[in-house]
Amino acid sequence: MNAPDERPILEARGLTRRFGGLVAVDNFSFSVREGAIHGLIGPNGAGKTTTFNVISGFYAPTAGQVFFRGLDISGRKTSTLAAMGLVRTFQGSTLFQEFSALDNVRVGRHLGARARFLSRLLGTDRSSEREADAKALATLAFFGLEELADEPVSNLPHGHQRMLGMAVALAAEPRVMLLDEPFTGMNPEETRRMMALVRRIRDRGVTVMLVEHDMQAVMNLCDIITVMNFGALLVEGVPEVVRNDPAVIEAYLGSATANGANDAA
Amino acid sequence: MPGTGTGKLVRRIAWQLRLVFLFAVLAVLPYLLSYSQQEIAVLLVINVLLVSSYRLLTLTGEWSLGHVVIMGVGAYASALLAKRLGVSVPVSLLLGGGIAAATAAVLSFPLFRMKGFYFLIGSFAAGEIIRLIWKRFTEPFGGPKGLKRIDAFPDIDIGFLSIDFFEPVNYYFLALVVVSASLFVLYRIERSRIGLTFHAIHWQDRLAESVGIDTFRYRTLAFVIASFFAGIAGGLYAHYVGAVNPTRFGVDQMVYVLVWAIVGGTATFHGPILGVVVLTVINEIVLRALGLDTARPLIYGAILILSVLYLPNGLESLAPRVRERVRRWRSGPAATGEGAG
Repeated sequence: MNAPDERPILEARGLTRRFGGLVAVDNFSFSVREGAIHGLIGPNGAGKTTTFNVISGFYAPTAGQVFFRGLDISGRKTSTLAAMGLVRTFQGSTLFQEFSALDNVRVGRHLGARARFLSRLLGTDRSSEREADAKALATLAFFGLEELADEPVSNLPHGHQRMLGMAVALAAEPRVMLLDEPFTGMNPEETRRMMALVRRIRDRGVTVMLVEHDMQAVMNLCDIITVMNFGALLVEGVPEVVRNDPAVIEAYLGSATANGANDAA
Repeated sequence: MPGTGTGKLVRRIAWQLRLVFLFAVLAVLPYLLSYSQQEIAVLLVINVLLVSSYRLLTLTGEWSLGHVVIMGVGAYASALLAKRLGVSVPVSLLLGGGIAAATAAVLSFPLFRMKGFYFLIGSFAAGEIIRLIWKRFTEPFGGPKGLKRIDAFPDIDIGFLSIDFFEPVNYYFLALVVVSASLFVLYRIERSRIGLTFHAIHWQDRLAESVGIDTFRYRTLAFVIASFFAGIAGGLYAHYVGAVNPTRFGVDQMVYVLVWAIVGGTATFHGPILGVVVLTVINEIVLRALGLDTARPLIYGAILILSVLYLPNGLESLAPRVRERVRRWRSGPAATGEGAG
């Protein structure tokens, strides 16, 4: 048995997901160390998002297993996984657009603000709701969004919406956060700020796994990077190793022979 | 923040005064109506509960075509419990609501595998199956003719006070009490975190699921609560009219519920209530006076089309618009005066 600090908090073993004849994820394995910022990269269509969707319970794996804190979680419901501490974010501005920023984060506090049906009806859930509101506001403040608490989401600029999406996920108090393309559509300044936030989230004790296209951000931010190609593992390692790996360079840039081989495959 | 505090208090008092005024009007109303209009008023109060309970379901984004059938489940259940098993009517009314809720809980397993349009069609099919069961099984449902001579609400007779619920006025007040209590519960649910969660599921069910909301459970919860109150409405109907049959809970009745909800507007709590009240008044007073009440489906259709075209947010959006007009009209001359000065 491994030492506790080396035991992965999140692990996939032989993960496979087929859509009809298409194999989106093919016998893919990886493990995420607790407290790491772990990047998952690969060319378009490599199966990164499908992998995320399988880990977070939107799809059941066709074969293989996912382990979270040593438990087999393959095929469990997304809401169950969130209750266990595995929470994902979404690409783009997937938010409750009609709500205020604060109400978005209040929904994120769902798991922490439990109350009986009757106490909801009678209003005796007030103390737990006050606590939930305070925590929601604190989460907004963490992202520097507290002044926009009452603003409808649709009025917020894109960068703020992306941060709010992370705030909603963080409000659920995850152990592991899966970030789906957190830097897409951001300018360099916004990306820098977002990277600092991801580091601060990790410093709060949340393990982060992210899918991203912005290579520079991934190389600067991640402790360890897993590269996928055609649904399978290509390379895994620290940024310096991944950056200089010929297989990675070939997968991204391609070459005449590589393209021919890919087409055949 | 003392300013906002007093503002809140003032608003609260204004709101309570409005409520008191509303109840005063509702208390006087039946005495201003003819006997047949009193009967209509009873049905209107019952329909208010029907359409308001329907709105609770729509909060999660799902529109059902089976809501009136669920009302029928409550009506049949309460009627049969009273007729066959001798359960006293107030108790059978509650049990009828419970049976309607239980029916919804069972139906939610197949139905909430679907969303949107598919749920709509699925709920229609489920409702038709229930109606076919009523038609097919003469025992105990009475077949196509339904149930007759359903027990009425027991009279209250305690010496100085005797209330005969056969009188529409008295039943009106009974229904008013039951419906008001039900509306209060529905309102509280919507204003609580449960309501927030329903809305969240409506707008982004995947995001809701990702922060730990079991969307299936909450959709089921909305369906069960809505069905409980639809069942109560059904029981109130059955013990008032004294007869139920499968046709009474058919899809044409469901279309009326949809028209009330859409014409009134489903964005606010009072929207659908406004819809059912205004359309009932138009139907029963205006059309009846013109001798056009047989053209009700035609006119409802026309009203639906007109309201979708010109009032897409329903009647509820009319009041803020008018207020805005008045405000602009009032401040208009002053503003231009300042401009000229």
